[in-house]
Amino acid sequence: MKKPNEFTREHVLYLRKQQSATIFVNAMRIIILVSFLLLWELLAKFNIIDSFLMSSPSRVLSTIKNLIIADNLWLHVGTTLYETLAGFFIATFLGSLIAVALWWSENLRKILEPYLIVLNSLPKIALGPIIIVWFGSGVKSIIFMAIIITIIVTVITMQNAFLATDEGKIMLLKSMGASKIQILIKLVIPSSLKSFISCLKINVGMAWIGSIMGEYLTSRQGIGYLIVYGGQVFKLDLVMASTVILCILAGAMYALVALLEKFLIKDK
Amino acid sequence: MNTILNIEKISLSYHTKQGEIKALNSISFDVSDGEFIAIVGPSGCGKTSILSIIAGLIKPSGGKVLLFGNEIEKPTESIGYMLQKDQLFPWRTIEKNTLLPLEIHGLKKDEDKRKNVELLLKKYGLWEFRKSYPNQLSGGMRQRVALIRTLASSPKLLLLDEPFSALDYQTRLSVCDDVYDIIKREKKTAILVTHDISEAIALADRIIVLTKRPSNILNIHYIDTDKSVSPLKRRESKDFSSWFERLWRELNYEKA
Repeated sequence: MKKPNEFTREHVLYLRKQQSATIFVNAMRIIILVSFLLLWELLAKFNIIDSFLMSSPSRVLSTIKNLIIADNLWLHVGTTLYETLAGFFIATFLGSLIAVALWWSENLRKILEPYLIVLNSLPKIALGPIIIVWFGSGVKSIIFMAIIITIIVTVITMQNAFLATDEGKIMLLKSMGASKIQILIKLVIPSSLKSFISCLKINVGMAWIGSIMGEYLTSRQGIGYLIVYGGQVFKLDLVMASTVILCILAGAMYALVALLEKFLIKDK
Repeated sequence: MNTILNIEKISLSYHTKQGEIKALNSISFDVSDGEFIAIVGPSGCGKTSILSIIAGLIKPSGGKVLLFGNEIEKPTESIGYMLQKDQLFPWRTIEKNTLLPLEIHGLKKDEDKRKNVELLLKKYGLWEFRKSYPNQLSGGMRQRVALIRTLASSPKLLLLDEPFSALDYQTRLSVCDDVYDIIKREKKTAILVTHDISEAIALADRIIVLTKRPSNILNIHYIDTDKSVSPLKRRESKDFSSWFERLWRELNYEKA
C-alpha cells in the first residue's frame, strides 16, 4: 500500500470525493431519523396527532424507563432473545444438515421435492394450534415455531448453493480421485460460504418472525407478549416501546452476522 | 522409446432419454514416454471424452486403456488432468491450491512430495506469491499455478483439455510456451486436446486427427518441425504453414 502523500493530486481528489459521499450518506441517515423523531414529538406535543393512539418519542422513552424500573424489561427481552437465538441456531444447523443430505442423494432430493414445495408455501402459523397442543403453551412451542419458519428457507437456500458448485471444479477433484466426502468438505461447503452468510442474514429475519408470531399465539412474557398485551389494553406507548426495542435487537443481530461475514470472507 | 499408454479399441456411447449417441467408434493408439500428442477433430467429435476415459472418469462402452500395462478403472495419481479453466479455488492461497492433490491422496504429510511442490513453485517463479490468492494473479500465472498443481502428485502422464482456450490470444501464446517448457523440463508425457490446429502443430510430436461422430482415427501425423525451438518460434517455420494447410483441409473435408 502506498502512503497518502505518494498519491497523485488527481487520486487525492478522488479519495476526497469518495469520503464526502460517505459522509453525506451517513449524515442523511441521521437527519432522517432525528427529524422523524422530532416531528413525531412536536406533532404529539401540540396535539396535532393523538398521543394516546400514536404515542410519542418521550412517552416511548419513559415507558422503557418504567419497564427497567419495574425490573421486568430484561425478563421480556431475555425470553424473546432466547427463543429467537435458539430457533435461529437450531434451524440453521439442522437446515444445513438436511441440505447436505439432499445434495448427497439425488434420489432423496427428487423424492422430497414436492414435500419441500408444500412446506415452503404453507403459512406456518396455520400449524400454531397443533404446535401448542404438542408442545404446550410456552417457550418450547415458540422455539418450535421459529424453527419451522426458518428451517425450510435454510434447506432451500443451502441446497441451491450446494448444487450450484462449479462442475469444472468437481471434475478436477474427481480426476484427482477425490471421494464424495472430500468433494463435499474441500469444495462444496467452502464454495457455499457466501450463500451461507446470506442465508444467515435471511434467517435473522425469519427467526424473529417465528418468535414474535409464537408469542402472539401463546406466551406470558416476551416482547411479542408486551405488544399483544399493549394492544389489548390500549397502551399504545407499550406497543411502540416494544417495537422500538425489537428494531434495536433485530438490527444488532443483523450487524453481528455482517461482522461475521467480514471476518470469514476474505477473497473478495 | 518405451510405450507407457495403450489405448485399445475404445468405444463410447452416451445414453439420453431421446436415445443413444455413439460418440467414439473405435479408437486405438499408443503413447511413448516423453511424447507430446495432440488430438484434433471437428467439434463434438468426443475429443474430451477420450481424455475422460484415460483419466478414469468415465468407463468406455468397449475396449480398454492400459497405463504401464495396467488397466485404468478409476482416477490414479499417475495421471494429471488439466482443464479448460485453471479451476483454482479462490478461498485457498496459491500454495494451498498446489497442495490440493496431495490432500486428496492423503499425502499431506509426505515430506518428499511437499518438497517437490515447494521446488516447483520456486523454480517457476511462484514462490513469492505462495501466500497470495488466485484473484491477485494474472491469467497466465494462474495457468502456471494450475500446471504445478497438476504436477504435485508427480504424475507420469498429463492430460490437457484445451488448457489455453479461456485466455486471450496474447496470453495464450506465451502461456503455451511456458507450459510446454515446464512439461519438457519435468520430462512428462502429455496428451493435448484442442480445436486450434496451429496450437497442435506448434506443440505436438504427433497429431491424431479424428473423424466426426462416431469418431474413428482419420490420420496420425508425425510433426517434423524443429523441436529445439520454442512452440512460438515453430509457428514461424516454413513447415508450419504447410502442416497447417494440410490439417485444415483434412478437417474441413471431414466437416463437409
